[in-house]
Amino acid sequence: MLRVFPFFLQAAWVTIQLSVLSCAMGLVCGALGAAARLSRSPALRFTGATYVSVIRGTPALIQVFILYFGGPQIGIQLEAFEAGVLALGFNIGAYMTETMRGAIISVDRGQNEAARTLGLSRFETFRSVILPQALRLMIRPLGVNINALIKGTALVAAISVVELTYTAQRYIGSTYKPFEMFFLAGSIYMVIIYVTGLGVSWLDRRVALK
Amino acid sequence: MSDRPIIDIRHAAKSYGSLEVLKDISLQVQTGQIVAIIGPSGSGKSTLLRAINDLDPLSSGEVWLDDIQVNKALPTRQYETHINSVRQNIGMVFQHFNLFPHLSVRDNITLAPKMLKGISKAEADQLAVEQLNKVGLLDRIDYYPSQLSGGQKQRVAIARALAMKPKVMLFDEATSALDPELVEEVNLVMKQLAEEHMTMIIVTHEMGFAQDVCDRVLFMDQGVVVEEGPPDVIFRNPANERTKNFLRKHLKGQH
Ligand SMILES: Nc1ncnc2c1ncn2[C@@H]1O[C@H](COP(=O)(O)OP(=O)(O)OP(=O)(O)O)[C@@H](O)[C@H]1O
Ligand SMILES: [Mg+2]
Repeated sequence: MLRVFPFFLQAAWVTIQLSVLSCAMGLVCGALGAAARLSRSPALRFTGATYVSVIRGTPALIQVFILYFGGPQIGIQLEAFEAGVLALGFNIGAYMTETMRGAIISVDRGQNEAARTLGLSRFETFRSVILPQALRLMIRPLGVNINALIKGTALVAAISVVELTYTAQRYIGSTYKPFEMFFLAGSIYMVIIYVTGLGVSWLDRRVALK
Repeated sequence: MSDRPIIDIRHAAKSYGSLEVLKDISLQVQTGQIVAIIGPSGSGKSTLLRAINDLDPLSSGEVWLDDIQVNKALPTRQYETHINSVRQNIGMVFQHFNLFPHLSVRDNITLAPKMLKGISKAEADQLAVEQLNKVGLLDRIDYYPSQLSGGQKQRVAIARALAMKPKVMLFDEATSALDPELVEEVNLVMKQLAEEHMTMIIVTHEMGFAQDVCDRVLFMDQGVVVEEGPPDVIFRNPANERTKNFLRKHLKGQH
């Protein structure tokens, strides 16, 4: 156990990097997706809706495989880690699209009316009135997305990214202790998720309405 | 003062599908006039009021504010610019206040003037103080909406609308969502505005208030103005049977 621990810590670092990078990408995809879904342009709305339904309608593992194994066929040659980040980020972005869109549309309609009545433009209204309220509403549900994302990083073990799950599998061979190996990996996931959860709660309290 | 009405609604009509909500309504309001719109639920009062700043666009007809047509047909982008500048002249107060919950009272009041009129922070603060003084809530300037009573919220909402120095104020059942004991403080603010000769169009279910404050009363039913006139005539001696029926129900206990 002690002998393998440093390797698990290294793997945990990879898992954290995967999580952070794909989370950042997910937030960008989510913001763009939500903007598209709420756009006045039917073409953009359609694009946003298609993105969400394709991603949510197929297994994340398939998405990872398509990018990593299928990519080279169409000229996209990626390292396993890169493919993992992109696939996970693009995947969680679809869920984040729905989270963000949900938060935005659940801001009371009267807020929009009041702002527009004062003479604020659509954009000014969104920036100064709708978005600040929506951000508060989306922090917790985004926390749920991020929780799923962190656990989802385990999928990229399947394309040999040396993250926690992959590392646990690898050391079963030399230690013959599958229970301990998976238990250790699981425990580290739990710590990462717990700390992330604390962060989300902290953020949520900070921006809570007075 | 010119003869041109400040608000001129010409042949306003509005349908939702096959439901005709407004049927050929024309209405002129002179500067300084205070008009009450009364009528049963669903008669189209809010729809008419919200057509004035094009919040609910008409199906046909014209709305003029002074010499500007509010609901001018323009390409989308131009229309946006046009309507945003028109709306700065039309204050609106809603039944449910619609204060911005993430902003302090001060920022609720100064958000739009700061954004749209390019005033400095000091000027904005001055403006907030001025408007809050008017509605008697200066001591609440740094509160948040959630820390105010309903009556106070509505007074802040009025102050917010007034801060844009509108030419006209529209009220859509400003006191309907309030507990009875909070109605009076809002009515007082509106009365004060009346004394300052603010042009106002007030949709209300409070017949007593309409009678006290307004110069004209419009009775609407099923999308038409059934009857209109000075409050004394409408409330004491209405000509139309529908008006009589409506008032019989609503004046109960008041006379
Ligand atoms: N967005 C909408 N879609 C369909 N019908 C609507 C819509 N908005 C209003 N209506 C209908 O238009 C009619 C008039 O509504 P409006 O809100 O103007 O009535 P009101 O006189 O203000 O009533 P209240 O006293 O209840 O506020 C009602 O029959 C209402 O159901
Ligand atoms: Mg109404």
